[in-house]
Amino acid sequence: MNKMSDSSLITPKALKHLKKRRAADARFRLYGIAAIVFALSALTLLVIAIGTRAYSATTQYVLQTEIMLDADLVAPEGETSEAEITRNIEGFYTLVRDKLFSEFPESTQTQASRQELSELVNRLAVLPLAKRVATNPTLIGKTIQVRVPLSDDLDLYLKGGSPKDVTVRIGSAGKIETDAEGKARLSSTSGLSKVTSTRSLLEEGKATGSVLLAGGETVARIDSLSPDAAELTLLTGTFEQLANEPLVAHIIPLPEAERPISDQQIAWAIALKQAGNARRVLHTSLVTHTDSTYPELAGTLAAIVGSLLTMMVTACVAIPMGIFAAVYLEEFAPRNRLTNLIEVNINNLAAVPSIVFGLLGASLLLGTFGLPRSAPIVGGLVLALLILPVVIIASRASLRSVPPSIRSGALAVGASRMQAVFHHVLPLAAPGMFTGAILGMARALGETAPLLLIGMVAFVAEVPKSATDEATALPVLIYSWASNAERAWEPMTAAAIVILLSLLVIMNVVVVFLRRRFERRW
Amino acid sequence: MLQQLGQLPMGWLLTALLLFVMSAGFSIGRIRAERYSLSSSGKFHSRPNYHGYYVAMWGLAPALILALAYLLLAEPVARELLIRELPAAFHKLPKAELVSYLDAVSAVSTHGTYDGSDRVFTAVTHRYLELSGSLKITTLATILLSAILGVMFARSHVSPDFRARQRVESGAELFLFLCAAIAIATTVGIVASLFYESIRFFSQVPVTDFLFGTRWNAQTNAEFGAVPLFFGTFMIALIAMFVAAPVGLFAAIYLSEYASRKTRSYVKPLLEVLAGIPTVVYGFFALLVVAPGVRSIALWVNATLIDIGLANGPVLAAQPTSALAAGLVMGIMVIPFVSSLSDDVINAVPQTLRDAAFAMGATKSETIKQVILPAALPGIVASLLLAVSRAIGETMIVVMAAGQRARISLDPSTDLTTITVQIVALLTGETEFDSPKTLSAFALGLVLFLVTLCFNLIALRVVQRYREKYE
Repeated sequence: MNKMSDSSLITPKALKHLKKRRAADARFRLYGIAAIVFALSALTLLVIAIGTRAYSATTQYVLQTEIMLDADLVAPEGETSEAEITRNIEGFYTLVRDKLFSEFPESTQTQASRQELSELVNRLAVLPLAKRVATNPTLIGKTIQVRVPLSDDLDLYLKGGSPKDVTVRIGSAGKIETDAEGKARLSSTSGLSKVTSTRSLLEEGKATGSVLLAGGETVARIDSLSPDAAELTLLTGTFEQLANEPLVAHIIPLPEAERPISDQQIAWAIALKQAGNARRVLHTSLVTHTDSTYPELAGTLAAIVGSLLTMMVTACVAIPMGIFAAVYLEEFAPRNRLTNLIEVNINNLAAVPSIVFGLLGASLLLGTFGLPRSAPIVGGLVLALLILPVVIIASRASLRSVPPSIRSGALAVGASRMQAVFHHVLPLAAPGMFTGAILGMARALGETAPLLLIGMVAFVAEVPKSATDEATALPVLIYSWASNAERAWEPMTAAAIVILLSLLVIMNVVVVFLRRRFERRW
Repeated sequence: MLQQLGQLPMGWLLTALLLFVMSAGFSIGRIRAERYSLSSSGKFHSRPNYHGYYVAMWGLAPALILALAYLLLAEPVARELLIRELPAAFHKLPKAELVSYLDAVSAVSTHGTYDGSDRVFTAVTHRYLELSGSLKITTLATILLSAILGVMFARSHVSPDFRARQRVESGAELFLFLCAAIAIATTVGIVASLFYESIRFFSQVPVTDFLFGTRWNAQTNAEFGAVPLFFGTFMIALIAMFVAAPVGLFAAIYLSEYASRKTRSYVKPLLEVLAGIPTVVYGFFALLVVAPGVRSIALWVNATLIDIGLANGPVLAAQPTSALAAGLVMGIMVIPFVSSLSDDVINAVPQTLRDAAFAMGATKSETIKQVILPAALPGIVASLLLAVSRAIGETMIVVMAAGQRARISLDPSTDLTTITVQIVALLTGETEFDSPKTLSAFALGLVLFLVTLCFNLIALRVVQRYREKYE
């Protein structure tokens, strides 16, 4: 063996070159790591972006208050039939509104301020209350505790979303001088300078937004502000309370004209929250309500049921068809042109864009056969055709993994080919086939584009009862919510996505479980 | 009477009838076979169960075919009959109006009869219910009759010598074949429906205008030059591949050549999660995070260019939805399609090639670059082609984040529109496919189908060749 030093390869030039080559090697490896880090951080960013938004939709601000169910308003003509009471939304709404009017007497002075206060609660928000009373008419005439969701803009504000609100604690007021016109002057409070500096920082010295001063259930607007004095207008409550309670300044940099809620409405919201009447509760209506044009009332129930009905149709068609097709191709098909064509076809169909299947459904199922539009049965059939290749390919792989000795054994004791397959091979291949089927179903559950083309994008306010009713599906609902302009839809969309993703996760966990439990190595 | 029959729940009735025919046929065949075997001492060729299956098969097959025919044809037939009976005034209506009138009629009649103030509508609904009632009762009777005939025919075959098992097995094989043939039927259905509607479209708009025109204005039935859509599709797919090709390839190389078994077992499923996320979720992500990000970067670029004096006005369009945003997110979505197929392909390269390269003193990266990648090249090209086809056909991301305006612009921060976006925009909410506007969606679909078909066929052929080479 040569000594290393004798080798002509170990020249300084070669060594230098070797260093370069090693560096290139390290770089190459680094590119690989960078690629994986990029892909995984994109995934993380996606999960975080949707998760954080969905989180704020897990709760909802409601108006919680005691209401006396006045028979004159709830059942005006002595009518106590269920349908009549449910239809009488106006009466219930009046009850809730009157309660708010009595809470904030200052609102009753002008028509405009009455209107402003009414906007705190949507008219249709009382529908669940109406249904509750309708099913239990004995409640009429009694005082019950009710919860109605606050309007979406207010909900967004109270959750700290928009408009942005920066609070500064400024301690007790000390002295408030009031004059005859209802204006007040607050002076000699050390905290005011803190408010001025924060405000000029937030608004870049332009002072176009509003500053509200809250103490207890009283809220006043600061009209003019200097580091040692402030002019106040009372929005709700009394100046006495303001003078005695510790004060909090709410700085809202966005000008009043540019936001959906006014200073007055914010003041009422702050007062309601202070009094414990505006509460943050679990947002159950997200899964118990159907779709609505108002984000605070909308829910995913109809879409979930629609998705389930669609999936049922898909499963009934695609899983047996796929398994039988796989059995034929793997166990019985003679090697000829026709079966070759079928195979190429299946591989091809697996890669055809999903929207093309939507076109097929629209033209053939809706156009030629006249099946009902927007119905789960059509959606289910289209999705079944879409996932058929997935199921077939997975089932074939599973059949192929059963060793030939099983078949030979069965044939050797006199079974026919059909018996060998159905009595011996198929049971062994079943877990693999089911995992393939579930993966196919997971794909179908997330599919949107074909459903848009067969009209499952319609606004559906009722839970579909059968596969021929008008329905929508969860991913389509996500799409239509995402295209709504109002800010409040954003967290709702994210929450619907979380519901969809958790269904998918459940399906995949089942797959992993089946694999762990039944996987066999021959 | 007929009106009440018109409200029969046919889905349930048909299912029940088929189940009944099946079980009755099975028992009839089985009982007869058992009786024979008790009375005669001779040996039966097939077991009684197979005789049962045989009889059930003969009962079920005609019933099933009739039931399917009913499900597909009942509605059009009932409508056609109704249209013939309608007074002449109805025939003067535009087709779309007539169809929506009939839609209303059939929608009402599924929930029972209509007894409102519109007397014409009431009469039409009643007649429609009568017609569908008579259709339903005829179908049920025919099914029952054909099932009885089938069962009787099969029952007469039951005898000790009858090779029932062979018959049942060939019947079952035929059924299995039909299931497999569904795949062909689907393709034929796709091609036929796309061609049929496209030919209707091209009879109104010349093919050359469609393929080479540069102005697209389909919503007003005015201009159908699809070049801007082709451009937008191409541009967004290109951006997506700029992301997916390097990331997917390097990830595949790292996972198959460098990563430890443990890293691989964690990272690979995580990468595949990217392929499992529904595209509507990616669309929302693009709309929510990426598009605003792209816009603010474009605005910053504009401002900087103006600051340093290279431009007088904004250079980039900086739209709220942009080709770049859609392309980036689509690229992320496509990564696993590139990485997992490339990974398979790289793993399939025989170990001997690696060993030979190492023996020559090559470093790992040199082995990969000069031996493994050339050997795996066909497979890698195939994976890229499949990814491109995926990107071209992807719908939801572009619908939500790419925009609606058809134009040709190289600026990645403008909104471009694609074939799939236009298909969705043209067909959403449409019920009748007779205007050039709706038909153009099918022509676009045909282009999309043919282009992706080419990519897929080439890719599949390459993969197949490659497998044969190393297996």
